[in-house]
Amino acid sequence: MAYAAGVDVGSTQTKAVVINEDRELIATCLIDTGANVTKAAENAFRACIEQEGILEEEIEWVIGTGYGRYKVTFGNAQVTEISCHGRGATHIFPGTRTVLDMGGQDTKVIRVSPDGEIEDFCMNDKCAAGTGRFLGASASALDIPLDDLGATALDSDKGVAISTTCTVFAESEVLAWLGKGKKVQEILWGVHESIAKRSIGLMRRVGIEGEITFTGGVSLNTAMVKAMEDVLDTKLNISEQCHYAGALGAALFAMDHIQASRAPHPIAEEVAQ
Amino acid sequence: MTNPTQAIVGRGNREGAALFRDWFSGLNEAAEEGRGAAYVFVMGSFNEILKSFDLPVVFPEINSLQTAVRRVAHEYLEEAEDHGYSPDICGYVKADIGTQLRGGAHPMGRIPKPSIAVVTNACNTYLKWAEAWERMYEMPMVTIDIPGTRYAGGETWSGDRHFENDRKYVETQIRELIKTCEEVTGKRFDIDKLREVMGHANGISRGWKSLLDLNKHRPSVFSALTDGTIYLGVANGLRGDERGAKYFADLVEEMEFKVANKIGTTTEEEWRLIFVGVPCYPIFRRFNELFTEWKGTFVHSTYLWFASGGSNVGFEYELADPIASLAEGSLISVRDSMDSMFHHDRVVESMLDGFHVDGVVYHPIKSCRTVSTGLADGRRALGERTGVQSLFIESDMMDRRVVSEAQMKNRADAFFEGLAVRRNQELVSQ
Repeated sequence: MAYAAGVDVGSTQTKAVVINEDRELIATCLIDTGANVTKAAENAFRACIEQEGILEEEIEWVIGTGYGRYKVTFGNAQVTEISCHGRGATHIFPGTRTVLDMGGQDTKVIRVSPDGEIEDFCMNDKCAAGTGRFLGASASALDIPLDDLGATALDSDKGVAISTTCTVFAESEVLAWLGKGKKVQEILWGVHESIAKRSIGLMRRVGIEGEITFTGGVSLNTAMVKAMEDVLDTKLNISEQCHYAGALGAALFAMDHIQASRAPHPIAEEVAQ
Repeated sequence: MTNPTQAIVGRGNREGAALFRDWFSGLNEAAEEGRGAAYVFVMGSFNEILKSFDLPVVFPEINSLQTAVRRVAHEYLEEAEDHGYSPDICGYVKADIGTQLRGGAHPMGRIPKPSIAVVTNACNTYLKWAEAWERMYEMPMVTIDIPGTRYAGGETWSGDRHFENDRKYVETQIRELIKTCEEVTGKRFDIDKLREVMGHANGISRGWKSLLDLNKHRPSVFSALTDGTIYLGVANGLRGDERGAKYFADLVEEMEFKVANKIGTTTEEEWRLIFVGVPCYPIFRRFNELFTEWKGTFVHSTYLWFASGGSNVGFEYELADPIASLAEGSLISVRDSMDSMFHHDRVVESMLDGFHVDGVVYHPIKSCRTVSTGLADGRRALGERTGVQSLFIESDMMDRRVVSEAQMKNRADAFFEGLAVRRNQELVSQ
């Protein structure tokens, strides 16, 4: 049995996955990226294969993705997280035509064809507003653990207006609302709504089509999902695997390569080069 | 002994750079001697009139971009900002203000002060920019209003009633410009000298059009982004100069040689691209590498249309009646410049088949809303009409503080991955 791996080195977290020849997810690992990007990639990869007792030589091809993709020194090739999230999302939910990926420092919207081909994409520009970092700054200002953000926000049925588009200034705006006596829940729901509205702008730029799949670390935040669904007035595709969509897409490209090397397949060959 | 290929290939870049240095050394000389210059802009310079009065011609837009290419733009920008200019306005303006504040000190030499400024309406910033010089130096500023296309696709031509009215309107303004030049220089207008200058300008227009068309061949014979910018500098700066006309005759000869011998650019050509917008001068070479690393070559660019003042039209003056013909040429060329900026989707669509284009790269820039507004809409419209794949990559023409190379590379990489997937799917379906 041959295996393929994908390692997604993001700005905040590094994700690794291993898939088998039937393209089933065998193992996953998630760690903080930290300052040593190469080490993070290695650690995530090793933890992943050790989980299932897979030998390193059984992993025939590894693809690195994410901002640190060129730091996956043991990898065989690199593919951008834009292509990988598109590929991963359509694998998890085949009806996907629009992917919203919200990560630590960027939010991207990817429009894919029914075949998983990237038709267009759009990302936030040189600013962390509307990304996981925005949520992190608010959580820090309110002294709430990141994992509790969603549940806390959902305790409120109305939100304050967060007008700033700057992550740094968001913190002072949050504190200003506290000073005015607003409840933490209300402020947090306002933060989620603010990000949702900002993301919709990006989605409109590429055009919203078909099923929308929400990927990236923020997709695990239940309040963010609800805020997005409220603004879009539609249900989003969500699954536990969505956090790993980038790494999964990389692993799928890697498996394309493995299988193409046995029976040539030009699409996989070209992308995996 | 050099063989014919060694002698001719690369000649345009070498000689273009030499002409450029000569031009700036002439400006430096004028500044040292305390002679004033004519300050003009690329979209409608009226270089023909100014050269007939032997006025040194300064293109502040070119001076400014040179500071970015030479990686010192931030010093000039910050100086202008310290002086009160907003971070949000045109970077070209601010780098020029910085140059003026330094008494004309520029990486290419000293720039003479203006004794006259000639401005068209092709860019809304031109007017405010020249007003700044007017306040600084109390010199005349001549604004020439060129009527643009009334509606998309509604161009009129010689003989049409509206066109002839417009021609008279521009001709009157040119005569006013001549009068002001006489006052500024103390020289009498010489119509035969104008004819001579316009004859050389014809050589450049003819050469420019031929040059652009030659890149339809595979492999492309020059990079529209890097080489093209060198040629563009000569086309603007030496318009109406005998050396400029000869340069373009030689350049066309070089490119025809390359076509005949199938000699392409230094890039292995896998993907033929069109560039839309103004180049990213703060990382000029590196920006191009984001594409050449994937074997992408820019075969054309809207910049080579609008920033050449519409020379791409190839309009050649009728020398028997030079002022009327200059009015006609200005009308046709400057309005084409404006159309290339504002109706870029039509321009790009007209290039797609002839230039065998695989993808389009849009480069909106923070400090120029004139060329950037509407790029997103135009891109969407073009995509819907033609299905061509495109990349939208934002940065700036001058300000490295808003240029994020890592983010740009990420987008460029994803763009090429998409192109590769599509090409292979097309191959499979065939």
